[in-house]
Amino acid sequence: MSEVQTGRPVRAGGPASAPGGVAAGVPAGWEAVIGLEVHVELSTASKMFCNCPTRFGAPPNSQVCPVCLGLPGVLPVPNRQAVELAVRAALALNCKVATYSKFDRKNYFYPDMPKNYQISQYDLPLATDGYLEVPEGEGSRRIRIRRLHLEEDTGKSMHAADDIVTARYSLLDFNRAGIPLVEIVSEPDIATPEQARLYLEKLKAIMQYCGVSDCRMEEGSLRCDINVSVRRPGGRAGTRTEVKNVNSFRAVERALTYEIARQVEVLEAGGEVEQETRHWDEGAGCTRTLRTKEYAHDYRYFPDPDLPPLVLDPAWIEEIRRSLPELPDARRERYVREMGLPPYDAGVITASRALAEFFEETVRAYPQPKTVSNWVMGEVRRYLNEHGLEPEQIPVRPADLADLLAMVERGTVNMRAARQVFTEMCESGRPPAEIVRERGLEQVSDESLIERAVDEAIAGNPAVVADYRKGKEKALGFLVGQVMKATRGRANPQVVNRLLRERLGPPGTG
Amino acid sequence: MIAETAAAIRRGELRARELVESCLSRIASLDALLGCFLTLDGERALERAGHIDEELARARQHGGRAAGGTGGLKARGGAPGASGGNQAGDGLLLGIPYACKDNICTRGVPTTCASRILEGYVPPYSATVVEGLEAAGAVLLGKTNMDEFAMGSSGENSAFFPTRNPRDTTRVPGGSSSGSAAAVAAGLVPFALGSDTGGSVRQPASFCGVVGFKPTYGRVSRYGLVAFASSLDQIGPLTATVEDCALVMEVLAGHDPRDATSADVPVPAYREVLGREVRGMKLGVPREYMGEGIEPGVREAVEAALRVFEDLGCVVEECSLPHTEYALAVYYLVAPAEASSNLARYDGVRYGLRVEGGDITGMYSHTRRQGFGAEVRRRIMLGTYALSAGYYDAYYLKAQKVRTLVKRDFEQAFSRYDLLVAPTSPTVAFRLGERTEDPLSMYMADVCTIPVNLAGIPAISIPCGEEAGLPVGLQIMGPPFAESTILQAAHAFERATVGASWRRRGGEGR
Ligand SMILES: [Zn+2]
Repeated sequence: MSEVQTGRPVRAGGPASAPGGVAAGVPAGWEAVIGLEVHVELSTASKMFCNCPTRFGAPPNSQVCPVCLGLPGVLPVPNRQAVELAVRAALALNCKVATYSKFDRKNYFYPDMPKNYQISQYDLPLATDGYLEVPEGEGSRRIRIRRLHLEEDTGKSMHAADDIVTARYSLLDFNRAGIPLVEIVSEPDIATPEQARLYLEKLKAIMQYCGVSDCRMEEGSLRCDINVSVRRPGGRAGTRTEVKNVNSFRAVERALTYEIARQVEVLEAGGEVEQETRHWDEGAGCTRTLRTKEYAHDYRYFPDPDLPPLVLDPAWIEEIRRSLPELPDARRERYVREMGLPPYDAGVITASRALAEFFEETVRAYPQPKTVSNWVMGEVRRYLNEHGLEPEQIPVRPADLADLLAMVERGTVNMRAARQVFTEMCESGRPPAEIVRERGLEQVSDESLIERAVDEAIAGNPAVVADYRKGKEKALGFLVGQVMKATRGRANPQVVNRLLRERLGPPGTG
Repeated sequence: MIAETAAAIRRGELRARELVESCLSRIASLDALLGCFLTLDGERALERAGHIDEELARARQHGGRAAGGTGGLKARGGAPGASGGNQAGDGLLLGIPYACKDNICTRGVPTTCASRILEGYVPPYSATVVEGLEAAGAVLLGKTNMDEFAMGSSGENSAFFPTRNPRDTTRVPGGSSSGSAAAVAAGLVPFALGSDTGGSVRQPASFCGVVGFKPTYGRVSRYGLVAFASSLDQIGPLTATVEDCALVMEVLAGHDPRDATSADVPVPAYREVLGREVRGMKLGVPREYMGEGIEPGVREAVEAALRVFEDLGCVVEECSLPHTEYALAVYYLVAPAEASSNLARYDGVRYGLRVEGGDITGMYSHTRRQGFGAEVRRRIMLGTYALSAGYYDAYYLKAQKVRTLVKRDFEQAFSRYDLLVAPTSPTVAFRLGERTEDPLSMYMADVCTIPVNLAGIPAISIPCGEEAGLPVGLQIMGPPFAESTILQAAHAFERATVGASWRRRGGEGR
C-alpha cells in the first residue's frame, strides 16, 4: 500500500538537509501540530442534488443534467441515500449526529463550479465530536474528529498549461459536479507525518467497512488537505499553513515532512512562518505558495434558501447505528482473540475490508486461520503489490485458495508447487486442482521414484557428498536441491531429506 | 371568461387556432407600441392550437369527449410532478393562449430574463409550471418583457426596451412582470405568468388594472423560475378577472418533487368558493399601509373598497403591523444577498454572453460588466457586501431576525382577522423615466407588497378604483395557504363593483 519514503530527504527546492534521529519527519527539538481535512466521495448511485449517475471514468460531460450544470432556474433536491451514507460515516467515526443541520452556500468563482457556489454545510454540520484510533507504539493514539459535513463536489478542469493563469484555454468536465462528499475535519491531534498516514489509512478502512465510499485516491474519491504548524515542545503554537493538492497517502507523508522541515528552517533562521495556502508539487517534491493571507477567499457563507433544514429522526439515526457492520478495530481484536493471529497480521488484514472479507471467507472453507493468514500476508499481498492491485481486485476465489491449502495439507502438492499454482490461479482464474493436474505438479511421495533421484544425486556429486561427510551440514541442502530439480519440484521434501540422510549416514562420519 | 372560452373550444364553437390567430393579430397591431413581448412563438402556437382542434374534432367524431384534456398532444418528457401536481387541472385551459414572463424557462424558446447576459439563451427544459400549463392544454404564445432578472418596479430595467402601460402609454406598467401585466391589460392574451419577489406580480397588476396573485411561498413550484431571491420568489398568474385567476391557480398550484421548498399541501378547487358570500368575514386594515407616503387618491379608492366590503357584511377594523417600517430595509439586504449568489453563475463560461478579457478573471469581469445592467450590478454589490466577512452579522443576519418579526406581525394579525386589506402600491402608475435616476423612490413603489414576500404569505391585487384615470390596486393578504379565502373575498368585491364607473374604463380597449 504505502511503501513510503518516510523521512527521506526530499528533492530539489527543499530544505538543505532532512533532520535525522527523531520521530520520522519532525526535526529534533521541535513538535509538529497537524490537522487533516479529508473529502470522501460517497458511493451513491446518483448525485447529491439530481438524478445523474456517479460512475467514474465516463466520457466527459456525459453524466450531467440541467441541475448539476447549474443552468438558470434549476433547484437542488437532496439525495436521501447520500444523507444516510454520511450518517453511517459519522457514526462509524464515533461522531454525534445532529438531528438538525442545514445546507449553506460557499461562494467563490471557479470555472469548474457550475453555480459559482458550492452547496456545503457551514455552522451547523451534520455531525461533530468524533474520533478514531491509530496504532502508536504498543498501544494506540486517539485522533479527535471535529466535524463531518455533507457537500457537493465540483467539476474538473484540465488546463492547456500548468495552471489556469498561464493556460491558453481550459477544458471542463462536469461529470463529477454534484457528486456527494463528506468533509471530515480532524482536530490538530496528529504529531508526525507517519501518524497522518496511519490516520488516513484507518479512515479509509472505516469508510470502506461501512460501505460509505470506495476511497480510491487515484480516482479522487478520497482527497486530503493538510494544516500544519510547528512549535518548540511546550511552546506556543506556531502559525499554520494549509497544503493542498496532496493526492496519495505517500504524498501526504512527503508533503508533511517537507513542510515541517521548511517551517523549522524558516524559524531557526529567525524568520516567521506566513499564514498561507501552499500547493504540493509532487514532481518537484516541495510545497509552493498558492495564495497568501491577503488573498484568502471570503466565501460569504449563508444558508441555502433552496434547501430546507436537514431534520433527522433520532429513530432513523439509531436504525443506521444498528446496521453498522463490525469495524476494523473490533475485527482486529477478534482475529487476535478468537483466531490467534499475531496483532500485526490482524492489523494488516483488517486494514482493508476486502482483504479481511477474503480472509474470512477462506477461513470458512479452510478453518485454519493462521495458515490462511500466512498466505494472505504473504502470497496474496505479494501478488497484489507486484501487479499494483487493490485488495478489492484479488483475482482468486476464497474457495479456490482454501482448496489449494487443503491440497498442501494433504501432501498433494508441496509448498513450492503451491506457490506456483497460486500464481497461475491469479493469472488464469482456474481452480487449483485443474492446474495441478494439467502441470503434473502432484507431489511425489513414492519412495522408489525418489530413491532413484537420490541415488543419482549422490553418485553425480561426489565432492559435495565428501563435504557433507566432513561435517558440512549445508551440503545436504545442495543435494536436496538436486533431487527436487530432478523431480521437477514435485518430490516431498521431507521424504527426500530422510532418504538422503539414510543413504549418507550422519554428517561428519566420513 | 377563460373557462367559457375553453368550454367553447371543447364544444367546437371556437377553434383554438382562431383564438391564437386573433391574439397574434392584436399583438401585431399593438405590441410595437407597448413592448410586452421579447419573444413571440406564433408559429409553434398556431401549430399546437391546430393539433388541439384536430384532436377535439376526432374525439367528437368518435362520440367521446376529449377526456383528459390534451391526450396525445403533450409534447413533453412526462417527468413526475410535471402537471404541477394537480391532475384535476388537465384540460382546464384547453386551447387558451398565454404569455410567460421571460424568467421562466421554456424548452426550445429563448429565456433571457431581459438581460444581455442571457441574450439568445435557449433552455433545454421547461419549468414545472410551463409543463403543467401545457398538460392543461394552454398554448404558449411568447415570452414577456420584464425588469432585468426581475429587479425593478417599472419595467424600465429591461436590457432591451421598456414596456408601456396600455392605460396610458406615457406611463410605466409597473414591474418587474411588466410585459405580462401589460399584455393582459391590453387583451393581448387571456392570462400571463409573472413572478413576485417583492411585489412583481401585484404592483404591475395594480398599475395596469388587472388581477395579479402572489401565492403562499411553496404553493407553486419554482423549478424553472430563474432565481432572483430564492426565499422570496413565487410564480403567480396575471388575469383579467378573479375567476380566471382561480382557474389558472388550480393548474399552477401543487407539490413538486423537484422543488425542495414546495409544499406538500393538498390543492383545493379554488373556483368552488367563488360566489360564496363573505358576510361575517373579519378584515384588518393595517394602519401602517394607509398613512404617510400613500397618495390621497389611492387611499380614497381603498377606503371606498373597504365600504364595499362593509356593505357585503364584512367586519372591517383598523389594525397594526408594527414592524412594517423595517420591511423595505430587510428586503434590500435579503434579496440582494441571495441574488448576489444566484447570479454568480452568469460568468461567460458555460452559456450566455462571454466577453473575453485576457485571463479568466478578466473574462468574468468584462462579461458581467457588459452583461448586467446598472440595477442588477447595484444589487449584486449590495448583496455581496451584506454577506461579507465582518458585515454578515450586522446586515444579513440582523435582516433575517427582523424578517422573523415582520412575519410574526402577520401571524398575530391573522389570529384576529381572516384577511388583511391594503393598497397594493402607494401610487398609481408613474411616468416613464420619472424615477429611473432615483433608485430609492423606485424601491418605494414596492413598500406595500414587500412585507408579504418576507412573510411568505399569499396576496392578491385586484382593481378597486381610479386616480386621475389610472387604475388603483387593492391588496388582499391572507395567512399561509389561505388562497381560497383571498379569492373568495376578491371575487365578492369584483361582483359587487361590476357596474362601477372605473370598471368601464378598465374594460376599454378589449
Ligand atoms: Zn445532474
